[in-house]
Amino acid sequence: MIELSDIKFSYPNSEFHLSIDSLLIGTGEKTAVIGPSGFGKTTMLNLIAGILIPEHGSVIIKEKEINHLQDSERRNFRIKEIGFVFQDFKLLEYLNVLDNILLPFRINKSLSLTKEILENAQELAASINIEDKLYKHPSKLSHGERQRVAICRALLNKPSLILADEPTGNLDPANKAHIMDILFDYVDNYSSTLITVTHDYALLSGFDEVLDFEKLNIGI
Amino acid sequence: MKQSLYIAFKYLLFHKIRTLILVASIGIIIFLPNGLQKLIEESESQMMARADSTPLVIGTKGSSTDLVINSLYFRQEKIENMTMKTNGELKETGLGYPIPLLSTFKARGFSIAGTNLDYFNFRKLIISKGRKFSFVGECIIGSRVAEKLDITVSDSLISSPENYFDFAGVYPLKMEVVGVLQETNTPDDYTIFTDLKTNWIIMGLGHGHQDLSKTLDQSVILNRDSSNVTANAKLFMYNEITKQNLESFHFHGSPENYPITSIIFVPKDIKSGTILRGKFEAREILNQIVVPSKVVETLLQSIFRIKQIFNTVFVLVGFATLLILGLIVTLSLRLRKDEIRTMFTIGSSKAKIFEILGLELMILVLSSFLFALALYFVTGYFVNDFINYFII
Repeated sequence: MIELSDIKFSYPNSEFHLSIDSLLIGTGEKTAVIGPSGFGKTTMLNLIAGILIPEHGSVIIKEKEINHLQDSERRNFRIKEIGFVFQDFKLLEYLNVLDNILLPFRINKSLSLTKEILENAQELAASINIEDKLYKHPSKLSHGERQRVAICRALLNKPSLILADEPTGNLDPANKAHIMDILFDYVDNYSSTLITVTHDYALLSGFDEVLDFEKLNIGI
Repeated sequence: MKQSLYIAFKYLLFHKIRTLILVASIGIIIFLPNGLQKLIEESESQMMARADSTPLVIGTKGSSTDLVINSLYFRQEKIENMTMKTNGELKETGLGYPIPLLSTFKARGFSIAGTNLDYFNFRKLIISKGRKFSFVGECIIGSRVAEKLDITVSDSLISSPENYFDFAGVYPLKMEVVGVLQETNTPDDYTIFTDLKTNWIIMGLGHGHQDLSKTLDQSVILNRDSSNVTANAKLFMYNEITKQNLESFHFHGSPENYPITSIIFVPKDIKSGTILRGKFEAREILNQIVVPSKVVETLLQSIFRIKQIFNTVFVLVGFATLLILGLIVTLSLRLRKDEIRTMFTIGSSKAKIFEILGLELMILVLSSFLFALALYFVTGYFVNDFINYFII
């Protein structure tokens, strides 16, 4: 269960304000977040991930109020429990595909890079058909392949929550469907929770819930 | 740390050219003051060793620096020649022994030094291949000459003409290489040694030609009487000394008037050296006598003054490099803002990100130090070239 209550957030030196009175997302749910640009959808994902801390209110994930955790606790929680997928993939150009997938294990002490993890990464890559690209650099891949690499990176640690910020924004229709299938399959197989920000209304049918920021009681 | 090092290494490896340029520039800045210091120290020690091992040098009056450089390094500064008469006078003093030197010509860019076999004993030069010269037209080459010209015993070398436009001038002489010296890391490695007579032949003071008394070709005879035969320009002059024509080589004029550029004098002891210097002071013997170590010391003092200027320049360049490096790091951080944010978003701590960036910088600086160190060690190899091109 993810619970946001009485959230108030603003960026310094900005007129932007976000307030969420109450929001509940159930475990294992696939939730789409839609709404016009500038309504705070990405900000909400960052609040859920503990990257941004609200000025008021609480963010509770798996019964932990993450906005009251220490920085290191919040970081460890994020790396263990949350998988991120971005619209522009956010792959490091100087690392090859395998190193990009393993990146969370290289940048956080709480995760250790074992032989088993390496094998899991290879299996995961094979399951989404990029096993032959493991030693290539991202610049040599198509957009669809890059997004699959980013998904591998997000899923390798088997997170209980996936936060996807317009994951299909840069993809063609065939790749959009493929990427969403991968994410939905993962959620179904691992009873994980998926929150996806999207502008693509054609994809909404696959989600359990749709949060429309324009209609909900969310103030900006 | 291991994982951070891996990421830092991957980043630098991916940006190979940028990394190499940075390593080279920082490395060169680190190397320059140290390398110059080493070059000057080694040059000083080599030059002083050479000077210290040469007790006294005698030559015509003029620049003592030019005289010492010509006599010790065979750099053919335009010093006036003296005659073999002085060599005889010095021998007669009984205060030691003189070693005459004549260094005026070159062959394929290397100086030819005419001397006698005493020079080899005095400098403790060892022949690594072949033998010492025993006939005119033979030469012994220094180890670097052999290496750079890729020649060895039984090859030949032709002396370079002094002036290509002087048709009546000195003809090149083909000399046979009879020995190669062992490397000494001194100017002797870069020198071609011949007998004095061979040099005088190159000068045109001695020559070999067809025997006019036996020739059947009357067109070569300009005038013949009971005691003299005069030939015209058709007379064939030998430009190579062989066993067949060796006997035809002869010298005109009195040997004591033959030129030499300087004399190294090896006194029996310190007292003999002092007495000899006294004789020069008293003008019993004309020409000048110098103590090479004193001349080289004066020369080195000027170089140290120039080095001080260089050091100031290097400090300023080093400071400028640090500023540029700071700018590069700042710009790089700005360019990598997105990458840093990604790492932070997916779970990296700020400390870990700084660790990765710090390690990148550390690898760069360490590699630069290694590069500078490699250059520093290679520098030793160029000490002789440095002395030749920049000091003397």
